[in-house]
Amino acid sequence: MHNLDLSLSDISKIEGKASCEIKIRNGKLQDIKFSIAEYKRFYTQAIRGKDIAALPQLTARICGTCSNAHLLCAVKAVENALAVSVSPQTVNLRKLLNYGLFIRDHALHLYVFVLPDLFGKDSILDFDESDSLEHQMLHNAFIVKAAGNQLGKTVGGRSVHAPFIIPGGFTRLPLTDDLKKTGEQLEKIRPLVLDLIDLFFKKDGRLLRKNLLYASLIDDELSFLSGSLFSSNGDIVGEKKFGDYLEKVIIPYSHATGYKYLGKTYMVGALARLNLAKDKLHKRTVKDTEKYLKIFPSQNIYHNNLAQAIEILHAVDSSLEIINNIKIYPESQVVLQRKESIGVGVVEAPRGTLYYRLEVDAGGKIKNGRIVVPTGQNQIGIEESIRQFIIDNMAAIKDKSSLEHTIESIVRAYDPCMSCASHFLKFRYL
Amino acid sequence: MNNKLKIGWFSFSCSEDSTIIFTELLNDYYLEWRNLIDFRSMLILQKKSNPVDLDVAFIEGAITSKSQEKKLLTIRNNAKKLVAVGSCAVIGMPSSQRNTFQKDLKGEINNVLITFDYTQNVKKVADIVRVDDTVAGCPMNEAQFLELINRYFKEFGIK
Repeated sequence: MHNLDLSLSDISKIEGKASCEIKIRNGKLQDIKFSIAEYKRFYTQAIRGKDIAALPQLTARICGTCSNAHLLCAVKAVENALAVSVSPQTVNLRKLLNYGLFIRDHALHLYVFVLPDLFGKDSILDFDESDSLEHQMLHNAFIVKAAGNQLGKTVGGRSVHAPFIIPGGFTRLPLTDDLKKTGEQLEKIRPLVLDLIDLFFKKDGRLLRKNLLYASLIDDELSFLSGSLFSSNGDIVGEKKFGDYLEKVIIPYSHATGYKYLGKTYMVGALARLNLAKDKLHKRTVKDTEKYLKIFPSQNIYHNNLAQAIEILHAVDSSLEIINNIKIYPESQVVLQRKESIGVGVVEAPRGTLYYRLEVDAGGKIKNGRIVVPTGQNQIGIEESIRQFIIDNMAAIKDKSSLEHTIESIVRAYDPCMSCASHFLKFRYL
Repeated sequence: MNNKLKIGWFSFSCSEDSTIIFTELLNDYYLEWRNLIDFRSMLILQKKSNPVDLDVAFIEGAITSKSQEKKLLTIRNNAKKLVAVGSCAVIGMPSSQRNTFQKDLKGEINNVLITFDYTQNVKKVADIVRVDDTVAGCPMNEAQFLELINRYFKEFGIK
């Protein structure tokens, strides 16, 4: 297209809102600005002076959908700061809480946000009940989401801002019977998840990103909660050092800070995890997804969707293994010994690596906090991906609406969370 | 469409936790609600948006800029009922934490407030428009929300 001024406001079917400005002149991309325009809520300032034990439930309020990942990461940073070690039971319950989040969150993204693109619909609510595949996917969406939601409720007391998790353990433990019932629910969704994986394998889009770096926290079982930070350039970095590798980039038109990894654009999230650690998936998952896993490592940004679908299965299988073997026993609550220290917590949230660094005074009050969220790390890559798509396809761009639709689908492929990074993104053509 | 409750769901400054709770309620209630609700505007579910002549506007989040105030006033003018949903909308917190900042922290954030045209203080929804009902909680209380929407179904003659 020769000249184009595109104004797409309020990208739909993402977490929060986003904006992008695009200007094409004489067949050349003159300007593109992808910005996160969510009004800041200043959590890094607000946590200063707060008691360290109160921090996790406060910073969970940064984001509704990722709240349990914030809880888990903040709790880990607090425990590292105060040298608190937790029981194997607590470790397993936290894994279950996070797996529940992965199932619920990836399912929300894939079924509710992305699937309509694959069927040429605006919304999953528009799916045709008389069409067998659309009918099946619509109903599967709610069944799979509900199973993840239930796992979060059973272990954490609620799937959003789980009230039971605290530094040192849990205030309330799940009943074995409830865990077993949740396990039965998880087993039932396995075939539905396999259908979802197959669908994304067959129908997803294609946008190859060369020279993009991938980074992820990886351990032997891809628990998402421990390990070292691996990157596709071969680095293996301890959690404490990860922050040193991240270069803060001020994006003047965005409310949220961007990040580069040692000066390079990088991606975190499901695609990064499977590119770096597909061999660490649960053995049952690997057995049933062998043909799909051959795709990874992949440079296709849209394969983030397929990777998420496979991760749902991994979360289901890993949860079932824990549930089938766990015997809940009572534990006494850990008493926190406050001291001057620094604590780092890193976890894999559904959308990617989440990093907390807390400086605490002798009375246990927060002096300073640094929180780096996945979408902040992916922000620069999203803009570059849109830029690359437009440049590579300039001759084929015929109209605004199809370009708008493609750009939205690229943004959605990253599964950004503006509530975390900030919140408001509008698309405006100059 | 005439026999459906015309609703809009709008998010301002918050964590969108109540939006997530709403999407989880759909797991149990979608089959019932699809015959009862006309989703006129809900960005998390659909791109199409027609936020006029609403029976009920659900507002999540606190108000932190003049442009948000203006949008909220427009929504109010287009809705018979307006419901503040979740803690940030109902009482302003925790999004209004910056209202309590002391001089040093205020100085630290001031440039951002000026650059991106924030209002000096964050406001709850009722500070700007008339609120007909509230659903408390962070995230919103599911039972309270269900009770309210069932009341609206009756009030608007939907069921």
